[in-house]
Amino acid sequence: MQMRLALAQIAPHLGDMQANLEMHLQFIEQARRAGAHLIVFPELSLTGYVLQDLVSWVARRPQAEDGFFRPLFQASRDLDIVFGFVDEDEHHRFYIASGYLSEGKLLHIHHKVYLPTYGLFDEGRFFAPGGRVRAFDTRFGRLGLLICEDFWHVSPPYLLWLDGADLMIFTSASPGRGLSQDSRLASSRWVETVNQSYAGLFTCFIAHCNRVGYEDGLNFWGGSTVFDPNGELIVHAPYHEESLTLATLDLGQLRRTRARLPLLRDERPYLVQRELARLLTRDEERR
Amino acid sequence: MSHLEINTDLTRRILVGFIRSEVYRAGFRRAVINLSGGLDSAVSCFLAAEALGAENVLALRLPYETSSPDSLEDAQKVIDQLGIQSLTFDITPMARPLLERFPEISRVRKGNILARLRMILLYDQAEAFRGLPIGTSNKTEILLGYTTIFGDSASAINPIGDLYKTQVRQLAQALGVPLSIIQKPPSADLWAGQTDEGELGFTYDEVDRLLYLLVDERYTPEECVQAGFDPLFVQRVAERVRRYHFKRIPPLIAKLSQRTVNYDFLYLRDWGT
Repeated sequence: MQMRLALAQIAPHLGDMQANLEMHLQFIEQARRAGAHLIVFPELSLTGYVLQDLVSWVARRPQAEDGFFRPLFQASRDLDIVFGFVDEDEHHRFYIASGYLSEGKLLHIHHKVYLPTYGLFDEGRFFAPGGRVRAFDTRFGRLGLLICEDFWHVSPPYLLWLDGADLMIFTSASPGRGLSQDSRLASSRWVETVNQSYAGLFTCFIAHCNRVGYEDGLNFWGGSTVFDPNGELIVHAPYHEESLTLATLDLGQLRRTRARLPLLRDERPYLVQRELARLLTRDEERR
Repeated sequence: MSHLEINTDLTRRILVGFIRSEVYRAGFRRAVINLSGGLDSAVSCFLAAEALGAENVLALRLPYETSSPDSLEDAQKVIDQLGIQSLTFDITPMARPLLERFPEISRVRKGNILARLRMILLYDQAEAFRGLPIGTSNKTEILLGYTTIFGDSASAINPIGDLYKTQVRQLAQALGVPLSIIQKPPSADLWAGQTDEGELGFTYDEVDRLLYLLVDERYTPEECVQAGFDPLFVQRVAERVRRYHFKRIPPLIAKLSQRTVNYDFLYLRDWGT
């Protein structure tokens, strides 16, 4: 099966959800006309990234009957949509979230589990961390969603892999940093290296959609990519430039790669569980 | 390994995009820059002209009676090469009554007054031209506090504030800044014969390598000494960085309420755009 994936590398407005929604609808329409089956927007695509005290103002639970979200739910009748937003639970905890819409329904929400709170990042101050890493079924097979810092840690992609995700969708609002003589920033180099490694290590598709534009002095570098189960690059969006980048994923590649390289078959989660249990008990005893 | 060597194409791309984005989101289409004839303001002018179009950039030449004629000439080279708009205004008559009132004034006070008079003109012409004032302070002088607070440090956005002086020089070469500007000794030109390196007591090459380790690479002062720097030099520079931190942050506000600007009233300037 061939799947047409669209990466919407946009520059959201900071705190202007209406403007961002309109931008989403325009990109969705463009992707629809290009024959895309799934369009992916970056982290916090409906709100902007450095929200700080705007968090409680932009938090909104995605529901089909909500006037704001209705056009997005409707648009998902034509193609599936991954979008970024601020979720709020019934106890008024706020989460950096990714939603997956398909055929007018919300199939899955992922709450970012790792909130970077160091260096230029301050997410832990404003958001609650998610507590789940789960794959879910779609019309293309089993998928997983992660958000930025989630895949700077190896465990969330690993868990999605064991949960059967054959396509992992990573979204980011990654601020560019680390200037050197290289034509890429250190942040771009790092993310591209690990994404390619995950694709190869987990013999799965890794699609990464990163935003562009600026927020005050921060630049977001774009450079969205898709790697195939062999770790080969399928598509690379431009750096620092708004774009809708299309990739064709030959899902049959999963079978061919895994027939050659049965890493998933040979993975030993019980061994991992045993050793983890031992480490955690030991740490508990040392406390 | 030191990353003081930069990829100038990538740097230029990010900074040109930064100026365009932040000028437009502030509600402007134009920019104003105090063009001294030195390296930093020349680079800011080149970047702004590329970002906004030459016709949308106004360069101010603001000489004082003791300013070097070379400064004016070098500034004119930038204006001519880029085709940006310009205005020249002698600040001597503005400064005179103040300086006459305090005949015993120190060189530092006088230098600060001149820098702040230039700030007044920058912001006045920004209003007249409907442009945003663009900064020209580099990372070296920001970290060393080698600047007049509310004077040359004043701007709305600063494209070159995260580039060390030696990196600004690399970018200047790539942008095609006139050679006479790249090659002359850096100077605030506040009095005859003044040079940055003479006043600071060390060269930009030396101090940039040290600051890169201290700040970017998080070396301890001891590790800098182990890396080959003179202990006294390390101590002097580290102390300067600490002592002048006040020049880098907004004035302190005494907290009383539940919500106080800069502490727990937190928004980016791009809020709502």
